[in-house]
Order: sequence, then C-alpha cells, then structure tokens
Amino acid sequence: MIETDNLTRKFGGVTAVDGLTLRVDDGEVFGFLGPNGAGKTTTVRMLCCLISKTSGSARIAGLEVGNKSDSMKIRKIIGFVSDNVGLYESLTAYENLDYYGKLYKCSEPRRKENIERFLKMLGLWEKKDDAAGTLSKGMKQKLAIARALVHDPEVLFMDEPTANLDPESAKTVREFILELRKQRKTVFLNTHNLDEAQRVCDRIGILNTRLMAVGTPQELEYSVGERKTVIQLDEVNDAILDALNRISPGKVTRDDSRLTVELANPNKENPAIVRAIVEAGGNVQSVSVTASSLEGAYLKLVREQRE
Amino acid sequence: MNLETAFTIAAKELKVLSRKRSIFAYIIIVPLLLTVAFASIIQSQVAAGNSTTLSLGLDSLTYFFVVLAAILPSSIAAYSIVGEKIEKSLEPLLATPTTDGEVLLGKSIAAFVPPILSIWAGASIFMASMDYLTHNLLSYYYFPNWNSGVMLLLLAPLAAVFSIELTVIASSRLTDVRSANQVGVLMFIPFMAVFFAGAEGIITFGLDNLLIISGIVLISDLALSFLSTSTFNREEILTKWK
Repeated sequence: MIETDNLTRKFGGVTAVDGLTLRVDDGEVFGFLGPNGAGKTTTVRMLCCLISKTSGSARIAGLEVGNKSDSMKIRKIIGFVSDNVGLYESLTAYENLDYYGKLYKCSEPRRKENIERFLKMLGLWEKKDDAAGTLSKGMKQKLAIARALVHDPEVLFMDEPTANLDPESAKTVREFILELRKQRKTVFLNTHNLDEAQRVCDRIGILNTRLMAVGTPQELEYSVGERKTVIQLDEVNDAILDALNRISPGKVTRDDSRLTVELANPNKENPAIVRAIVEAGGNVQSVSVTASSLEGAYLKLVREQRE
Repeated sequence: MNLETAFTIAAKELKVLSRKRSIFAYIIIVPLLLTVAFASIIQSQVAAGNSTTLSLGLDSLTYFFVVLAAILPSSIAAYSIVGEKIEKSLEPLLATPTTDGEVLLGKSIAAFVPPILSIWAGASIFMASMDYLTHNLLSYYYFPNWNSGVMLLLLAPLAAVFSIELTVIASSRLTDVRSANQVGVLMFIPFMAVFFAGAEGIITFGLDNLLIISGIVLISDLALSFLSTSTFNREEILTKWK
C-alpha cells in the first residue's frame, strides 16, 4: 500500500529524512518510532503530498507521490490526523465533519452515515451539536480522528495522535486504532510512545533521520536487544562457572545462587547450558529467558546512531 | 480549479464568521455609521445653501466607501488565514483533495463578499439620503451617476481584492490576528491619500481620473495575485510560514 525508495528530504543544509526505504502492506498498522526531530512528521507530510521530496520516490496504492495529478488522487484516498487537532472551534462537531465530507466530495447520504457511524464509534454522538471549542482535549482528538475517516480512506496517517492526552483518552484512541486494525485499514502511526507502538502496531520502523530498524515488535526486541537466560540454582560453585565458561559464547554473571548468561539465541543454546550445569553437579531450580524490551532496543539503536 | 470546492470553503468561512459577532458587527456597522456621519455633513452644506462645493463633497464622500473597501476585507482575510494558522487547522485542510488556488479563492470570496455587500448597502442608503437632502438645492438627483458607478462597482471591488491579497502576503509572516488586522488597516493608506487629494482639490473625482486609478489598482491586483498565490502554497505554509 505504501512504498518508499530512498526517500529524502532536506531543508537547506539539514537532512530531515535520509534515504528512507520501506514498505507498508495493505491492512497493516505500521508504527513509526523516533525521537523528536527524527523526521517522522516530515515523512508523513511527504507521503500526504503536503510537502515535496528532495529525492527518492514514494508510492501510495500505486500512485506516485510528487506527481501533480497523482497527488490529488492520493489525497482522496488518505486520511490525515495531524499532531494538532486543528478543528474549527466555533463549528459544532457535526459541522466540522460535514465540512470535510464535502471537501472529499462525499454524497450527502454517505456523509450523514459516516459521520453518525464514527461519532458513535468514538462516543461523541451525544456531543454532535456542541461547538468543537467546548469539547475536552480527548474529545477533540477523537473528533480529529473521525474527521480523517469521514470519507472512508484507504490509508490513515496519524501523527502523534495520543500526544498530550490523558491516559483514559489515549486508551480510547488506542482502542480505536485496534478497531481499525480489525477492519483491515492501513494505518501509518507516528509516535514516540513505545508502549503504544507495541500494543497497536503490526510492525514498527525506528527512524532517526535514517531508518534504523524495521520489524514486528518481537523481531525488534530480539534482533536489536540482548536476550539473557537466567538460571536459578541451589548453589553456584566454581565447577559450574568453569563448565559454563567453557561452553557459553556469552557473558556469565553471578548473583548469589543465580546465573545470568547473555545469549544470541537462548532457545538453541539453553539445553547445552543446562546440561553443562547439571554435569558439573549443579541443581537447577528454574530457567527463564528475558528479552530486552522494545524500549531497550529503541534506546540502543538511537544511542548507537548518536555515537 | 473546482469552483464548488472554493464555494464550500467560502461557505464554511462565512459560517465561522457569522459566529464571530465582533467581526460581523464591524463589517455591517461601520458603513452604516459612515452613512449617518456623511448625511450630517451634507445636511450642514445644504443648510448653508452652498451648491458649488456640494458635488465635490458628495464625490469625496462616495469615494470614502472605496477607502472602506480597502479596510474591511482585511479583517476577515486576516482572521481567515492567521486565525486558521493559530487554530492549526490549515494542515488538515491542506491534506484534503483541494488545490492551493481553491483554498485561497474560497477564503478570498469569504473576505470579499460580506464587506462589499455591506459597503454597497451603506452606499445605497447614503446615495438615497443624499438625493433626498440635496434635491431641492440642486434641482436634480445627484445619484446615481457614472462617477459613483465606477467608484462602487469597479474601484471598490478592486480595492477589496488589493486589501485581501496584501493580507494574504502579510499573514505568512504574522502569528496573531491583531497584528494581521493592524497590517490590514495599513492597506487603506494609498486610498486615503487619494481621498485627501480629492478633498483638497488636488485631483478631481472625475470619470477619467477614477478610471486611471482603477487601472492602477487593477495592475497592482494582478501583480499581488502572483505574489499571494506563490505565498499561499502548501510547501510555503508548512515549511516557511511562522
């Protein structure tokens, strides 16, 4: 659905997005993670045909981003939730959506149906005649999401949709994204909320001007982070440590009667480790594998790039 | 360019405007207040029986509606663009399948129509009341005439366009509606200079002069339209506007 190839955007001498190559499949919720200034918003703006690219190419549903006639077609099939809600505060919730429905050339019956559907889905139907300016921050954000969906877009771009929201409102927005996922909508989600990305995204890309990693949350945790096998014993002695050091490729640390072994592939190496401990006279109480979190993987990548 | 889209944008702008009572009242009340003030000026001239300076006074006062056309639209244009910039609603709007030209045209229509209608209404009341007041002294109805026709139907709309285009350009560098309004009000200076020149008898508000002034404003409008459309484009708005 979304393909970019070496997509680059420079502002004067500053490169905001550097050679971005990625692919987002139809019906996928793709999370774009990165620190502030990483180029996430610039990427979304390029893909939404709001700003031009410096070089490279991008396609959405086979349409070429940057091509003048395709740009208009792209805007028709996408929805965009900006990092600021940008509602017309003096218009009612309904009027805000109706205006956008008209801009997308939705017929009146379709507008009415979609507005009612999305306002009900987001729990805003009772507030439809209230001025947008009188709604709470969370309600405004939900209304901005409904606005982006009023024309039933094929792809939804969301730029930090839960930033500055209270936990309850953020949860509602996340649940709504999960609902969109169930409906097989393609969602491109910019966020720096790792927990959110992990909960709602099928795949995640980590961007810091350049795309540093891409994969499912689990793949990122495993591929980037370190995994450790933690073995709880009755007692640890030198014979056990020697046995481990002979066979283990990873670093072994001891904490009283607990051993932690850093491994590249614990599933493959754990049986040999346990066997070595038992043969050295150890009495294994439990074995567990801990993977570094997505947060750990993310921080490691960002730090590595800074260095 | 899809005119339906431009009208949709204009209709939304007018709906928002109708809920900003201060702006709406300003647009309606100022021309009416001027009409009342002008009527009292002319009434005093009529009372003095001074028919020689009466036509100069009537033309000058009619021309003041042109000055007004250079002032009033800027307040709506400023609100429409800078206000939207403050509410951060431009970015979602620009992500819709609209062209920059349609957005600009829609906003310009909304900034143009209410002030011009208000000015025409005020000027109509002014002309009718002037005819009523001066008919006995002049023995004929002064209005309507070609001069007032050119001023109100040609020069005033051109002045309004001038004002809107300059406000669009200024809006790209301004971050609050008040500053945009202040800059907008400055648009009246060249038109006011002509008003004073006419009132002082330096120039006359004859048909020839009015057509020359209209031509100059038209050329300025065309030049400004080029500048305003290049200022009001997605790339500029999202990457360079303050």
